[in-house]
Amino acid sequence: MSTTRRQFLKIAGLSVFGLGASTALDAADAVAKDMPGAKYEVGGKHLAAKRWAMVIDTRKLESREDYARIIDACHKVHNVPSIPTKQEIKWIWTDKYDRVFTDDMSQHLSPAVREKDYLLLCNHCENPPCVRVCPTKATFKRADGIVVMDYHRCIGCRFCMAGCPYGARSFNFGDPRPYLKEVNPAFPTRMRGVVEKCTFCSERLEVGLLPACVEASNGAILFGDLDDPNSPVRKALAENFSIRRKPSIGTQPGVYYIV
Amino acid sequence: MIEKVLKGSPAFYIWLLFLGGIASLGVFAYIFQLKYGLTITGMSRDVSWGLYISQFTYFVGVAASAVMLVLPAYFHHYKKFKKMIILGEFMAISAVLMCMLFIVTDMGQPQRMLNVILHPTPNSIMFYDMMVLMGYLFINALVGWVTLEAERHDVDPPKRIKFFIYLSVVWAFSIHTVTAFLYAGLPGRHYWLTAIMAARFLSSAFASGPAILLLLVIALRRLTGFDPGREAIQTLTKIITYAMAINVFFFLLEVFTAFYSGMPGHQHPLTFLFVGHDGHASWVVGWMWTAAVLAILSLCLLIPPQIRDNERVLPWALGILVIASWIDKGLGLLIGGFTPNPFETVTEYAPTFPEILVTVGVYAIGLMVLSVLWKIALDVKKEAGTF
Repeated sequence: MSTTRRQFLKIAGLSVFGLGASTALDAADAVAKDMPGAKYEVGGKHLAAKRWAMVIDTRKLESREDYARIIDACHKVHNVPSIPTKQEIKWIWTDKYDRVFTDDMSQHLSPAVREKDYLLLCNHCENPPCVRVCPTKATFKRADGIVVMDYHRCIGCRFCMAGCPYGARSFNFGDPRPYLKEVNPAFPTRMRGVVEKCTFCSERLEVGLLPACVEASNGAILFGDLDDPNSPVRKALAENFSIRRKPSIGTQPGVYYIV
Repeated sequence: MIEKVLKGSPAFYIWLLFLGGIASLGVFAYIFQLKYGLTITGMSRDVSWGLYISQFTYFVGVAASAVMLVLPAYFHHYKKFKKMIILGEFMAISAVLMCMLFIVTDMGQPQRMLNVILHPTPNSIMFYDMMVLMGYLFINALVGWVTLEAERHDVDPPKRIKFFIYLSVVWAFSIHTVTAFLYAGLPGRHYWLTAIMAARFLSSAFASGPAILLLLVIALRRLTGFDPGREAIQTLTKIITYAMAINVFFFLLEVFTAFYSGMPGHQHPLTFLFVGHDGHASWVVGWMWTAAVLAILSLCLLIPPQIRDNERVLPWALGILVIASWIDKGLGLLIGGFTPNPFETVTEYAPTFPEILVTVGVYAIGLMVLSVLWKIALDVKKEAGTF
């Protein structure tokens, strides 16, 4: 088989292009290795678990101040703006029994239980529908069970909000920064057009601190490893009757309520 | 063939200019949205999708409906559709373009849209939706262009294009099925969590899409004298009638399941849409009843052959059908999915003026693309003597 000049040039051209491309990729790799943030190291003080979970002992929360203290602690540390419209942002908030436990409407609940406020937040599900539907992996589940967001990758399609059965997600319809009274410089503020939600304080666990709401709850909210029988959450669950939100849909929420 | 656009009547250019004017109003509103964010829309934390996504859904159906011409023509060798088929394919192109624009207008961070390709996520239905829409656009552009080129040169289309024509049939079903899966796979949304969703989508698409096409073709006949043939119109009307009857039937199946089972979660969206929920009657109630009445009325006008074949009644029947299906799918489907919200309470949604402006702008862009493509098709047909 004879090779024409034309075929030879084609093959030669392709080879040169291939070689050039692979060297360029190698060079890019080498540069990337030296960039800040290219290596991740776990800090010495970090708290670790196989499956982080939360138990809210609703019996220990009574006054309006109890809830306000917890909510403020979270919203302040995470720069959550207070926007007074339907386009609000909230990571942790309260509502009444029939709105929190929508599929458990006993007709004759005790008035105390019915009228009480309950804390709501992201459930950090075992099978999170939000993670399933996200088209860019901007929201993902970590090995320790925490469902987190990458605000820089989120395209703002809001599929996760349609997917979340718990209404735990908020979207920055506009720029959130004008609605912040004070900014905590230790945590990033968000830009308009991305979705956000509770992170189980993954950034605090990293430095050995418990979540802000847990810390502010005076023992009413417990936090620990669901896979460890000796953890405070497992002990509380073993000793008390607890419920979760919408158990029938198979998401396996990581937030338990002792009622 | 693109040169055909350059030689048109003054009326054609005035029409394009008019659409361009409306489109620029939409672009103007969109610039505001880029500057201030989606806060200028009526969407909220509880109703986080609105008019944009519902219009995207509706026009995926319109795009898919080209198959109702392609399938009889190529699978059953129904020659009468051959004359009109290019119009269907070109309408699919403009409909898919509109879908893409609606997706982009709905994004909070549109400049990051390539993230869907840079970080492909096979567990997300949105990923597949992007792929099937792109694919459908490509297939229709290819098939439309190649067959029209062949028509111009008075030769048979090349054999290899047959593969893409058959592929387009399967693909049309896939785009609307995947779009239905966007909704039907979410555990917390009662109105959407139904196995029949894709079937409902397809039936409503195969009624409304060809109805829009036929309305436009009837308008075209008046304006240019292009006649697709009486029999072709009647056959397509029969297809529309069957599809609409199935569509209404499917909806009634939903009503039966919700109310005979007595499960509150399944009932609430329907009661919200038709009578209001929790003592809260929304503006949607009137629209939904209008849709219900118009759907039945369209069937009354389309099922009896004497009325269906009356060409003076036909445009009215089709128009009524399009309005009914638009309210059902372009409005009720989305609002019913988000209300009641995950807390079983009602958060009202109504599109704002800028939101409507952007939407109408996208319509205008779609219609511009359609006008240009159809002009090319008709001019080629005139030249080739197949007008």
